[in-house]
Amino acid sequence: MDAIVIEGISKSYGDVRALQDISLQVGSGEIFGLIGPDGAGKTSLFRIMTTLMLADSGSGKVCGLDIVKDCRQLRRIIGYMPGRFSLYQDLTVRENLDYFATLFGTTVRDNYSNIKEIYSQIEPFADRRAGKLSGGMKQKLALCCALVHRPSVLFLDEPTTGVDAVSRRDFWTMLARIRDAGVTVFVSTPYMDEAAMCDRLALIRDGSIIGTGTPDEIIAGFPFRLLSVRGRRMYPLLKELRKTPGIVSCFSFGDSHHAAYRPEETGKEKILASLSAAGFGDCTVMETSPGIEDCFMWLSHR
Amino acid sequence: MRIMGNNAVEIKGLTKKFGNFTAVDNISFEVRKGEIFGFLGANGAGKTTAMRILCGLSRPTSGEGTVAGYDINTRQEEIKRHIGYMSQKFSLYPDLTVRENIRLFGGIYGLRDREIEEKTDALLGLLEMRRERDKFAGALPLGWKQKLAFSIAMIHDPELVFLDEPTGGVDPETRRRFWEMIYEASESGTTVFVTTHYMDEAEYCDRVSVMTDGKIAALGSPEDLKASYGAADMDEVFRTIVGRAGKEDRK
Repeated sequence: MDAIVIEGISKSYGDVRALQDISLQVGSGEIFGLIGPDGAGKTSLFRIMTTLMLADSGSGKVCGLDIVKDCRQLRRIIGYMPGRFSLYQDLTVRENLDYFATLFGTTVRDNYSNIKEIYSQIEPFADRRAGKLSGGMKQKLALCCALVHRPSVLFLDEPTTGVDAVSRRDFWTMLARIRDAGVTVFVSTPYMDEAAMCDRLALIRDGSIIGTGTPDEIIAGFPFRLLSVRGRRMYPLLKELRKTPGIVSCFSFGDSHHAAYRPEETGKEKILASLSAAGFGDCTVMETSPGIEDCFMWLSHR
Repeated sequence: MRIMGNNAVEIKGLTKKFGNFTAVDNISFEVRKGEIFGFLGANGAGKTTAMRILCGLSRPTSGEGTVAGYDINTRQEEIKRHIGYMSQKFSLYPDLTVRENIRLFGGIYGLRDREIEEKTDALLGLLEMRRERDKFAGALPLGWKQKLAFSIAMIHDPELVFLDEPTGGVDPETRRRFWEMIYEASESGTTVFVTTHYMDEAEYCDRVSVMTDGKIAALGSPEDLKASYGAADMDEVFRTIVGRAGKEDRK
């Protein structure tokens, strides 16, 4: 059975159409990523699926429970970590955890095994106020609070936003362990590089899903060939590539530019010759495979 | 007095303590005029504290230096007038129109009414936003908001602009378009001081510093840093430096 089923959900705020006819299925025991920029509708969908807000139309189920009719039972079987810091700053680590356990009619002791692996990392600071924790420790505590009642499905709304690259990686390692323990994880993020850590994902933009599948399936759908181009004068090179015939689009990717081209119209040698003629003879050109960002940009324009 | 040299920022022994916590621990560096300088670091490494001092919003506990030629200890008001500042979290007032935002920030940066009028007209033309002039800033598409916010941060032609995570949460194309604006500004001589969590963006900088635990752990061009850490990309450089600091922390 699918852990989450979303069918035709739409939501507007006045004239703003935040979600337009969203349908998704999340399989039991998978990490499903909802990936898109700020303002795409990620938080709206999370609030609807966690029964905090009603959709204008459409329906949704979590573990077979309806998000409207069965909202009270549904709340007992999910864990939710909202985007903004969800803890009580003036309570200690231990008090926060006790509080969330009590809300669900359980105790930390009864569920200790469930949170032990993450909690043991912050347990030395059990008497410190949550507001005084470092960013990484706050994140771990929030995760423990969302897990303390042994939920079947965990909703994490942008848990890594504003978090540095190293802490982000650590966080995803924790998510993989939670998934391996049998919890379904529905997580949103604006960072496209996190797509690789998801079992399946949906790309969302302006309230619509523009692509869904495993990371490999999404990448396999990229319709062009891709060149990685490096040179000494990177910005002039970018502008030149965009003028080169047969190149569909070109953007910077770290230390190289990704130039998408139609193989029936041009090729590596032709592009290299054209760059040479324009005074960029010193650049190196290599075939490369697209990533999720390349796909997102293409799907946005389709 | 204003000291004019080859550096837009010059900092020596900068330290900031809060009680017995040292947020910025004796850092020294220069930002050359016209360069794109990436200011990286882990969360809590002291970037924001250091940046607040450089922007004239906070005084160092000790240390000296100049920003845009003005002393960071004594000439903070002049610093504020001669730099631009933009962040993703705060840059435009969503409930003011495009024109009102330009007028407000023009006034804050000390432009005269006449100048503001001329700048508004020039800016709206350049951004092709004449038809949007009376729309609320909050209703603009993200890409336009960014262009507008960046242009407003530059409305008083500062020689140095601070960009604090300008692309956080922004879609991949808008983020890259924004960097093209940074290149343009840099080519026309503006010094750019930028923070980011996207390591691909670190590659776009002329030089990059990485802070850990209040100190600058590494500083150099992306090529040099990659070579000296034997890393394939800046992401690996960052993980090596910050990961190492994390381990020392736990000892």
